[in-house]
Amino acid sequence: MEFTFDLNTIWFILIGILLAGYAILDGFDLGVGALHLLFKKDEERRIAINAIGPVWDGNEVWLVTGGGALFAAFPDVYATVFSGFYTAFMLLLFVLIFRAVALEFRSKQEAKWWRQMWDVLFSVASIVIALLMGVALGNIVTGVPVGADKEFAGSFLGLITPYTVLVGITTVALFMMHGSIYLVMKTEGEIQQKARGWVNNTIIFFVICFVSTTMATLVYFPHMTQHFKDTPFLFILALLNMLAIANIPREIHHKKEFKAFLSSCASIAALLALFAAGIFPNIVISTINPDYSLTIYNAASSQKTLSTMLTIAIIGMPFVIGYTITIYWIFRGKVKLDKMSY
Amino acid sequence: MDTEILARIQFAFTVAFHYIYPPLSIGLGILLVMMEGMYIKTKNPLYEQMTKFWVKVFALTFAIGVATGIVMEFEFGTNWATYSRFVGDVFGSALAAEGIFAFFLESGFLALLVFGWDKVKPRTHFISTIIVSLGSMFSAVWIVVANSWQQTPAGYHIVREGLSARAEITDFWAMVFNPSSVDRLLHVLSGAWLAGAFLVISVSAFYILKNRHLDFAKSSLRIAMLLALFASLFQLFTGHQSAIGVNENQPAKLAAMEAHFDSSAVGDLHLFGWVDEKNKEVKLGVSIPGLLSYLVYGDAAKPIAGLNSFPKNETPPVNIVFQSYHIMVAIGFFLIGISVLGVFLWWRSKLFNHRWLLRVFVFSVLGPQIANQLGWITAEVGRQPWIVYGLLKTSDALSKVVTAGQIMFSLILFAVIYLFLFILFIYLLNEKIKHGPEEPETIVSEYEKQKFIFEK
Repeated sequence: MEFTFDLNTIWFILIGILLAGYAILDGFDLGVGALHLLFKKDEERRIAINAIGPVWDGNEVWLVTGGGALFAAFPDVYATVFSGFYTAFMLLLFVLIFRAVALEFRSKQEAKWWRQMWDVLFSVASIVIALLMGVALGNIVTGVPVGADKEFAGSFLGLITPYTVLVGITTVALFMMHGSIYLVMKTEGEIQQKARGWVNNTIIFFVICFVSTTMATLVYFPHMTQHFKDTPFLFILALLNMLAIANIPREIHHKKEFKAFLSSCASIAALLALFAAGIFPNIVISTINPDYSLTIYNAASSQKTLSTMLTIAIIGMPFVIGYTITIYWIFRGKVKLDKMSY
Repeated sequence: MDTEILARIQFAFTVAFHYIYPPLSIGLGILLVMMEGMYIKTKNPLYEQMTKFWVKVFALTFAIGVATGIVMEFEFGTNWATYSRFVGDVFGSALAAEGIFAFFLESGFLALLVFGWDKVKPRTHFISTIIVSLGSMFSAVWIVVANSWQQTPAGYHIVREGLSARAEITDFWAMVFNPSSVDRLLHVLSGAWLAGAFLVISVSAFYILKNRHLDFAKSSLRIAMLLALFASLFQLFTGHQSAIGVNENQPAKLAAMEAHFDSSAVGDLHLFGWVDEKNKEVKLGVSIPGLLSYLVYGDAAKPIAGLNSFPKNETPPVNIVFQSYHIMVAIGFFLIGISVLGVFLWWRSKLFNHRWLLRVFVFSVLGPQIANQLGWITAEVGRQPWIVYGLLKTSDALSKVVTAGQIMFSLILFAVIYLFLFILFIYLLNEKIKHGPEEPETIVSEYEKQKFIFEK
C-alpha cells in the first residue's frame, strides 16, 4: 500500500508513540519489579521500590491514555481486540490491580510474612504483565482469526503459540535489562553493585531472546519484512536499534548510567518502530483472509474526530512532556528513604 | 444467566466500587488546597500538620481509584464491544482528552504532592496541590461529558445501518455541551465535595470524642464544615436543575423517579412510598399534590408526561429508580440539616459541645457515599432500556464473541479481589486514623528547611 501522510497515519504513529512511552516508562518499573526478589534484604527491597515510588503511577497512565486513544482513533480495533482477548485482558487487569496494591501495602506492616507475601505478589505481577504484553504484541505479528464482521473468531488458548510466548519472554528480558539499568542509576553502594551485575546478565538474556525472535519472525512471518524490501531506508531503524543495544554495556562500563539508560530507551523505541513498520497499514492482521484485516482505514473514526483529537493532542502533549520531564528532574539522584516513603 | 445480565452486573459492580474512591479524592483535593493555602498564608504549623495527614489519606484513595479505574476503561472494549464501535467516534475524543488533560496532570503532580515535601519550595508544593485537585476535577469533566452524551446525545449523526451503524461527531462543542452535561457535572462534583468533606468531618469528630489531637481535629472539622455547607446547598440547586433537564430530555426517567403513570395528571411529589408497578400506583406513601409540576414548570396545574405515554418496552424499572432517587434526596436534606446546624453552632461557639452531634458526624461519612451511589443508580437505571438514549439499546450493545462463562469467571474474580481490596482499604484507613497526624513538634517546618529545587 502506498504510504500517504494522512490523519489515519498520524494517529497510527501517535498511538505508537504513546505505547512506546508506556513501554519505556512502565518498562523500567516493571523490570525493577521483575528483579525485586533477587534483593534479599528488606532495606534493599524498600530502596528498589522507592526508586520507582513517585513515578510508577504516572507511568501507568501512558497505558490508560494509549488505550483511550486507541478507542478514539480506531474503535473497531479496540472493540475487536478487547472483546476477542477477553480472558487475557481480564488476567492483565487482575495483575495490574495486584501490583498496584502490593506496592501500596507492602511497607505498611513490619511483619516479615506480610512483606514477603506482597514482595512475591509484586514481582510475579510485574513479570506476568510484561509477559502478557509481549504475547499480545506477538499476536499482532502472527495475526489472529478475524472474520468478515470484524469480530474475533478464535479462542484464548489459540493466542498462546511458541512464537507469541517467545515474544513475551523477550519483553520480560527487555524490561529486566531496562529496569536493572534504572536501578544502577538510582542507587548507590552495595545495591548498585548488585544491579550492575544484573545489567550484564540481562543484556545477554535479552540479546539471546531478541536474536531468536528476529530469526523466527524472518522465517515464519515474512510479511513483516515486506516494507523493508520496498523501502531499504527503513533498515536504518534496525541499525539504530542494534547500535543502541551495543552502546549499553559500553556506557555502563564507563559509569555513565544515565546515557546507558537513554540507550536502553532508544532501543525500546526502535524495536517498537520496527514492529510498527512491519505491520503498517494493518493493525490487526486477519489469518482467515487478509481482506478482513483491520487497517488504519477500515477501523478508524471519522476524519472529523481524528482531526479534533489531533488538536487536543497538539495542545496537551507539550505540557505532558514538559512536566513529566520536570518531575523526573525533581526526583533525580539517588533514592533516600524518609517518612513519606513506601 | 445470560451474557446481558452478567455483563450488566459486572459493569455495575465494578463501577460502583470504583465510584467510592474518585469522589473522595476530588473532595479531599479541595480541602487540601484550603488547608495548605491556610498554611502558606499563616505559616501556622498546625495547617502543615493537617495537610500532611490528609495527603496520606488522599494518596490511599487515589491509588485505589487508579487501579479500579483502568478496569472501567478496559470493560468498554471487553464487555461492550458493539457499544464501543457505535460510540467510539464520539466517546473516544472525550476519553482521550481525559487521558491527556486530566490523568497525566493528576498522577504526575501527585508525585510532588506526596513525595515532594523536601524536594521543592512550599509554594511550588502548594501549586502541585492545586494542580492535582484541578486534575481530579478535569477527569470528572470528561467522564461526565461522555456519560451525559449517552443520556442526551447531541452534535452527531448516524452513519451506516443496522448492526454496523455508528454515531459520528459533527460538532465537537455541541457534543461537549450536550443538554445535560453542565447540570450533571455540577451535581456530580458537589456530590464529590460532600464525600471528601464528610470523611474529614467524620474522622475529626471521632478524634474529638476520643479527646485526641484536639487542635488538629477541631481545625480540620471547621474547614470541612465550610465545604460541607456550601456543597450541600449547591447540591440542592444542581439537583433541581438536573430534574428540570431530565423532564425535558428524558421524560420517561423523570416519570420513573416520581412513579408518575398518568400523562393527563399533574405531577405529585412523593416524600416516600412503595411503587406497585402492576397496578400503577404508589402505596404507603405520602405525597404533595402538584408539587412536582410546580418545581418543573413553576405551575402546579400543568400535567407531566407519565409512564403510560411511552411504549411498554421503552420504560425503565420504576420502583428501583423511585427508591434510589427518594433515598438520595432524603440523604441530601439530612446533610444540609447537619451542615447548617454545624455552622450555626460554630457561630455560637458551641460546635464541639454536643456529644450526640459529634456522634452523628462520625457516621455522616456514609451519607454522601450512599447518596452518590444511589444518584448513579437513578441516572443509569432510569436510562434503561437504552445504553445511548433513544439510539442504542443495552441488549444490542454487548460484545458478540464473549460468552456467559467468561463473564461469570471474571465476575467471580472481581468480587473476590474487590472484597479483599475493600477490606485492605478499611484496614489501612483505620491504621492511619489510629496513628493520627504527626505531632507539630516532630515536623520540621518547611520554611525552616527552605530547601530549593536546584540546590542539590
